[in-house]
Amino acid sequence: MDTVQHFDLLFVILAAAVATFATRVGGYVLITQLKHIPPRLEAALNAVPAAVLTTLVAPAFVSGGIEVAASMLVAFAVGLRFSTLRMLVVGWAVVMAIRHGIL
Amino acid sequence: MNRAEFREGLREGFPVIVAASPFGALFGALAIDNGFSIADAVLMSATVYAGASQMVGIELFGNHVQPWLIVLSIFAVNFRHVLYSASLTRHIKHYTPIQKFFAFFLLVDPQYAESERRAERDLPVTFSWYLGFALIIYVLWLVTTVVGAVFGQMIGDPKAIGLDVLLPIYFLGLVLGFRKRDRFLPIVATSAVASIAAMHFVGSPWHVSIGALAGIVLAACLPNSRAERQCDPLEQGN
Repeated sequence: MDTVQHFDLLFVILAAAVATFATRVGGYVLITQLKHIPPRLEAALNAVPAAVLTTLVAPAFVSGGIEVAASMLVAFAVGLRFSTLRMLVVGWAVVMAIRHGIL
Repeated sequence: MNRAEFREGLREGFPVIVAASPFGALFGALAIDNGFSIADAVLMSATVYAGASQMVGIELFGNHVQPWLIVLSIFAVNFRHVLYSASLTRHIKHYTPIQKFFAFFLLVDPQYAESERRAERDLPVTFSWYLGFALIIYVLWLVTTVVGAVFGQMIGDPKAIGLDVLLPIYFLGLVLGFRKRDRFLPIVATSAVASIAAMHFVGSPWHVSIGALAGIVLAACLPNSRAERQCDPLEQGN
């Protein structure tokens, strides 16, 4: 990689770090401006984890291919009863079994 | 510092590193593949410290996308952290300013999810516990980045060894952890449909912010159960 390109890379990394820290402190800065938290805002905050994490799951389910969708469905069923670690192991086993022609 | 709580944090962080290690290694390998040096990859893991956005960043950099657009994309992928920090503020009011600085710098998905679950179980989110949980993940994230960068060639095709399903399943597990909360199903259904539609019509990474906002706005607009209870004498009597 030449010098100019490497400078670009370092700039991107450090700018990305600043931008990411801004998101991680931004909510705190916004929320401390408010004296008390109204019920609707609290309902919104309680919805944050499920709403955000779902957006990291759903697109993979529809665009990852049939074997990814199948392994996610099985992992979902496992996750209703068991830990995330077991979900990962079982889901991984399903996708490997399909890709390598065992299932 | 409370050592027992620090150790409890380390112990509870362990399953997270088992799940995250393949991604640290995958990031290291992909970074080398996209023209990073090992030092560049470690610098990014140490300063940005946000797995999914790091993957997006190196992918865009490898495709010679303009720097401002790469930074904007990383910002968009991590935009959910604004919501995390707003939500986490309720539980860490007692931290000193320096403790808050570290708490927010280290605020990754599992860190947020586990802090919320801890508060939900009426356990205090002490700084000792928080730092223990965060440090084991942070240090192992750097170590696995190096391992992946050094042994990148050996990983080969991530799909052939099934790495690509681990991240969505891991996030699915985090989603399920919140299934006892009010309005869980309508929120998840709305965010799922909105993120898939946004992926199709707007494109990645905006599907994350758009999908999340759809679910959150729905939660704010649905009839509020707490307000209803205050108006309903029958339910107050229960």
